[in-house]
Amino acid sequence: MTKYTYTKTQDTRSGFGDGLLELGRTNPNVVALCADLVGSLKMQDFINEFPERFFQVGIAEANMMGLAAGMTIGGKIPFTGTFANFSTGRVYDQIRQSIAYSEKNVKICASHAGLTLGEDGATHQILEDIGMMKMLPHMTVINPCDYNQTKAATIAIAAHEGPVYLRFGRPKVPIFTPADQKFEIGKALKLIEGTDVTIFATGHLVWEAIVAEAELAKEGISVEVINIHTIKPLDVEAILESVRKTGCAVSAEEHQMNGGLGDSVAQTLALHHPAPLEMVAVNDSFGESGTPEELMTKYGIDAAHIIKAAKKVMKRK
Amino acid sequence: MDKPSIEELERIASQVRRDIVRMVHAVNSGHPGGSLGCTDFLTALYFNIMEIKKPFDMNGKDEDLFFLSNGHISPVWYSVLARSGYFEVSELATFRKLNSRVQGHPATEEGLPGIRVASGSLGQGLSVACGAAQAKKLNGDKHKVFVLMGDGELDEGQVWEAAMYAAHHKIDNIIATVDLNGQQIDGPTAKVMDLKDVKAKWQAFGWDVIESDGNDMKSVINAMKLAKSLSGKGKPVINLMKTEMGAGVDFMMGSHKWHGVAPNDEQLANALSQLEETLGDY
Ligand SMILES: Cc1ncc(C[n+]2csc(CCOP(=O)(O)OP(=O)(O)O)c2C)c(N)n1
Ligand SMILES: [Mg+2]
Repeated sequence: MTKYTYTKTQDTRSGFGDGLLELGRTNPNVVALCADLVGSLKMQDFINEFPERFFQVGIAEANMMGLAAGMTIGGKIPFTGTFANFSTGRVYDQIRQSIAYSEKNVKICASHAGLTLGEDGATHQILEDIGMMKMLPHMTVINPCDYNQTKAATIAIAAHEGPVYLRFGRPKVPIFTPADQKFEIGKALKLIEGTDVTIFATGHLVWEAIVAEAELAKEGISVEVINIHTIKPLDVEAILESVRKTGCAVSAEEHQMNGGLGDSVAQTLALHHPAPLEMVAVNDSFGESGTPEELMTKYGIDAAHIIKAAKKVMKRK
Repeated sequence: MDKPSIEELERIASQVRRDIVRMVHAVNSGHPGGSLGCTDFLTALYFNIMEIKKPFDMNGKDEDLFFLSNGHISPVWYSVLARSGYFEVSELATFRKLNSRVQGHPATEEGLPGIRVASGSLGQGLSVACGAAQAKKLNGDKHKVFVLMGDGELDEGQVWEAAMYAAHHKIDNIIATVDLNGQQIDGPTAKVMDLKDVKAKWQAFGWDVIESDGNDMKSVINAMKLAKSLSGKGKPVINLMKTEMGAGVDFMMGSHKWHGVAPNDEQLANALSQLEETLGDY
């Protein structure tokens, strides 16, 4: 199987912006809303080409969620854009009632998720959003890992009928997935095949998992790396198939341990195939100001911590 | 089909009021006060004012839409929906019961015809209505979007986010109405959270404001006709509609006490004796 390298870095939010632009050209029902963060969400190109299909909402996220729900009535496919924090916690009840319970075809697109937004600090670094969103019935939750995957996911969710939470980030990160890779909602991607331990990674932690695998391989440890871009619905079959082979797993994500991907993997294993699991995630704390790299190290969500977790979990087999 | 006369509308409203008190009595829960107060308005909307299509279509293209933001007054909406043919009136007997489409607060999950979004958590309906109105504009659909809110509901900040948005985006195909009954759960609105000059507030937000008496069928009809004539001129329109909580049942009027309390057997009999059965009880 191919090992992964990269020549270019790019922010995942640009993948969203470019995906949205492409959707504008191919699907006349796609409309976009933004709460005073056009630049941050990379929505300007869409606005330039489709001004009549863009709605500036001002700093009023609750209203934006309701507007989006309403626009689906009549067949529009609204994409809302703001930071992940203001896309979820700020408007949980609006999403719950007007979008999820009402089964509205709204795409909640959330940038600057997690610690890697960096210097703005904990007020903006939401680490609970995946948990909040995956608990909502009818909601699909997606956390792509690089520019290409985010662009492909953005395009794919327009063709999916139902509410979606699409989570991406601020910093430039390696582009390592192929530009032409098909994005299938709910389908895990086996990036590297191995036999000793499985790493289930999502979002920015997928690249860290790839780095960890290369290090572990040098020590003779055979690591399987699986990219779980869709946290809900979870690809239970892919998880079980891999762990039946490797016998243990590590989950890796830029999110609280409570409520994140690790939780979902733990639930899957406990229900169907009990096996040791270590979770690389933020352990019940808020973040702080710093560079993305500093924060990932301090809060234990980088390649080094994945390596430690892999070695530990193998001993628990 | 000819539109029903004022007298005919009043007769329908009498039956709707009977439905309301019987529904909440049957399950000893639900919200009769606001429902009775808004009965004339909803009857007028569905039987006279709105252009609607059946069978129900979620997308509601080429027809008028209605959103009930103050979802707790679901009994009046359910009765009017059933009486206007969206579903069998017999289904009203399942209100708030297990395995029913007629949920405590309006919902879409069970597929009750006539409902396009869930409500009950207050403050969200005006936003949804604005979105639906803009979708109509994008679709080149000239029909209107109606929405009803409570006056206590105006305490919610989201209402004012939507109010600002509607004027800024010139959403002139929306006709909002506020049920100005002066009551909310903990008491009169003037005591719980004084709305002060509510007309000036909406005007300051850039809306065309009209005023009406929501318990006078003629006033309701005239207000809605006026609202329609004002729409399409670049500004959203709002109808500040004075009502009496509990209107039509003497002992339920004049206080906030009947906001969310069901009548007992004796009170039900008393209420029904004041309301003529015009279309046959469900
Ligand atoms: C967000 C939210 N907060 C609180 C409630 C509980 N609640 C239900 S009705 C109501 C009072 C609403 O007052 P008003 O809109 O004037 O309705 P009325 O009592 O006149 O029917 C409250 C506080 C709610 N449903 N939603
Ligand atoms: Mg009131």
